[in-house]
Amino acid sequence: MRLIKPTKRGLYVEPGDFYIDPWLPVERAVLTHAHADHTYRGSKNYLVSKEGERLFRTRLYNEGNIETISYGKSKTINGVKVSLHPAGHVLGSAQVRVEYKGEVWVASGDYKLTFDPTCAQFEPVKCHAFITEATFGLPIYRWTKPEILFEEVNDWWRGNVEKGKATVIFAYSLGKAQRIMKSVDASIGKIFTHGAVERLTRDYRETGVEFPPTKYVGEVSDKKEFAGSLVIAPPSAQDTPWTRRFGAQSTGFASGWMRIRGARRRRAVDRGIILSDHADWDELLTAINATEAEQIWVTHGSIDILVRYLKSIGKDARPLETKFVGDAPESEMAKDEEENQQRINADDAN
Amino acid sequence: MKNFSDLYLALDQTNKTNEKVEAMVKYFKEATAADAAWAIYFLSGRKPRQIIPTAKLRMWAAEISEIPDWLFELSYDAVGDLGETIALLLPDTTATGSELPLAYWVENRTVPLRGLDESEQREAVAQAWNELDANERFIWNKLVTGSFRVGVSQLLVVRALAQVSGIEKEIIAHRLMGSWSPNADFYLNLLEASSKDADLSRPYPFHLAHQLDFPLEDLGDIRDWQAEWKWDGIRAQLIRRSGESFLWSRGEDLVSERFPEITTASFTLPDGTVLDGEILPWKDDEVMAFAQLQRRIGRKTVGKKLLEEVPVVLLCYDLLEFGCEDFRQRELRERRAKLIEILDNLPEDVRKTLIYYPVVEAKNWQELSKIRDESRSRRVEGFMLKRLASPFRVGRPRGDWWKWKIDPLTIDAVMIYAQRGTGKRASLYTDYTFAVWNNGELVPFAKAYSGLTDKEIRRVDRFVRDNTLETFGPVRSVTPKLVFELGFEGIQKSTRHKSGVAVRFPRILRWRDDKKIEDADSLDAIHQMLEAEN
Repeated sequence: MRLIKPTKRGLYVEPGDFYIDPWLPVERAVLTHAHADHTYRGSKNYLVSKEGERLFRTRLYNEGNIETISYGKSKTINGVKVSLHPAGHVLGSAQVRVEYKGEVWVASGDYKLTFDPTCAQFEPVKCHAFITEATFGLPIYRWTKPEILFEEVNDWWRGNVEKGKATVIFAYSLGKAQRIMKSVDASIGKIFTHGAVERLTRDYRETGVEFPPTKYVGEVSDKKEFAGSLVIAPPSAQDTPWTRRFGAQSTGFASGWMRIRGARRRRAVDRGIILSDHADWDELLTAINATEAEQIWVTHGSIDILVRYLKSIGKDARPLETKFVGDAPESEMAKDEEENQQRINADDAN
Repeated sequence: MKNFSDLYLALDQTNKTNEKVEAMVKYFKEATAADAAWAIYFLSGRKPRQIIPTAKLRMWAAEISEIPDWLFELSYDAVGDLGETIALLLPDTTATGSELPLAYWVENRTVPLRGLDESEQREAVAQAWNELDANERFIWNKLVTGSFRVGVSQLLVVRALAQVSGIEKEIIAHRLMGSWSPNADFYLNLLEASSKDADLSRPYPFHLAHQLDFPLEDLGDIRDWQAEWKWDGIRAQLIRRSGESFLWSRGEDLVSERFPEITTASFTLPDGTVLDGEILPWKDDEVMAFAQLQRRIGRKTVGKKLLEEVPVVLLCYDLLEFGCEDFRQRELRERRAKLIEILDNLPEDVRKTLIYYPVVEAKNWQELSKIRDESRSRRVEGFMLKRLASPFRVGRPRGDWWKWKIDPLTIDAVMIYAQRGTGKRASLYTDYTFAVWNNGELVPFAKAYSGLTDKEIRRVDRFVRDNTLETFGPVRSVTPKLVFELGFEGIQKSTRHKSGVAVRFPRILRWRDDKKIEDADSLDAIHQMLEAEN
């Protein structure tokens, strides 16, 4: 029985009559995480993780009936048992486990296994069918260990301090920005944030995640303060007049796509920082194995490739077509950029 | 190897020229002479022939990475660069960078692979991969496959070397031209203070020009300027020294053998003469279409029939050396007068191959603009404007020489196919096929892949992925929706193309998001252009 099916509104759990991450308004939605391409406004009832509540409320403009549930706790909707489990993607991100008449399905949402100090660690959930993402579903994607990666970032930052330059890192404003500010060595210098980053970081802080002190760029009157500091901004801020205020600067872009030299060069930044909130190839395979699922449904990213590989090692794997367009690496960035562009415009208006 | 891979990273990680020069200076200061020579060799775009066939490298890399071949190939598709794909797929090593010098890696660990049998090669390659860290693997793979490239111009390398040695840029640039062997002696001679350069074959760096980007009148008095037709051929330098002749193309290729009529004609030049000019296909006192010259490019030896069908000339512009003396600092008017004197004194049959063309006379800029309208019918690209008092400089300086090209022909066309790019643009849909209307149908008419900003490319990329109709291998057909203005230099009848025409240098001039596909041009409009052209 297909407990979770793709429909034109999103993933649908028929017996429970609810959707997972629907992109059109529905009666009842369960959300995996608060990124804009998973959390759409307009539905009537939302079920979200307790840990992500503040982020969800910000993203949903606090509209609709928003109900929260802690990781591991369950709730029954029309006879379907629903629970959320840490996905390790960003704060409050969850895998959705649904159980009906003894059949268990898990929709992973986006996830990673790498340690992230800003959110709960991914927990494998045993199930009959597992719906996995495949954003980085190619063996060329293997992440550097965070401790090594951030040592490199720290070295680069220190070098820039010596040259009197600001260090400007472009990173998604939800998740990656916070991961960076919590992982770098804050004793090197001050940390400044773009408005979009600062607002979401506030949600993190209010949820109980601790960070070194940060300051919103807009509150700085003396531009000299930026020399030697670290500035964290969304990708859409790159090459805009907004960045001029930092004076001499060295720029970096944080993304899993930076693993590929061509993508690094296209970004035209001084540093490509290979940092992703998605699972790399090895993590995908580890996570899939850990679920012990009989059936693997692959969505979002390198769908065909991961399906083919899983079949070649004897798994029952199938593509799950959703609205998300397959193999769309840098289009993803474009999407994030559009979203952040609106925020920047809003910031500029302030 | 570690220092060289650090240098590569430093060059790759910045787009600021000063930082690139700084990184090279640092490298040259620390490197041994032999390493420095190899570094210059690679940085200036020279490369040894491929040492190991890429098919074998792919196979071994897939085996060692323990992934199936198809997955290797799909990974390669996504990365767009074989050396990098392999470096990304190989298992992590504990290697932290080889302290052994670059010269050792090239001379002992790379070049000798050529002589080994396959199983020995495999073992040597696996061993090398094992000793190198991820970045070094990438660079070494590029050396082995003969595909090493780095984003610095020859000019920047020259700047760095000038800074390290205190020797003038021009001298360094000159010493780097021609053919040389990368070894310690070469490097030491390169930085040698004395300017007695023995290498006979060595050409001078070319003086290049920018497109005129301000009003013509701002150039001042037209009497200070010389206007030449801008010919569309291969820029070249012909050298006659100590009884030997060398013909160099601007790409620094020695092309003497490909154009034997020019080489033969040069035997009659006085010793110690260097001419700057353009190789052109020329028949009955008239330049032929560039397409004809293309038939001769890329052929090492030319058959008798082709020699008769497409004879070439060297249309001389300038005199760089005469009587073994460097003429480049003299004024253009003096160089030109001497050039004409030399050419006029050559035997009659040679004067058919080493030719010059009258400069264009005009009383004022306005008149010159008018004459420029003849460009297309004369099969030239417009004018070269050169200050009569100018020396022959190095590189592409602003001020003395300007290209004043005619505007390209333009057409509004609809994008119908897209293909992923390679190299810098791998994994993005950057190569497009465009169509124009014909009897209510869109017929493909040109392919183009340049002219958009990175931001626009990302938007088009997203459009392609969201609007794919069908995929054929790497190519996607897309909903016809986007209109672009295409520019091209020339247009010719073609039986090989569905549209019946072939265009030269097609490129995207701009994205017309203000236009609907109904507004795109028709094949009729293109055929009218074709008639106007010929």
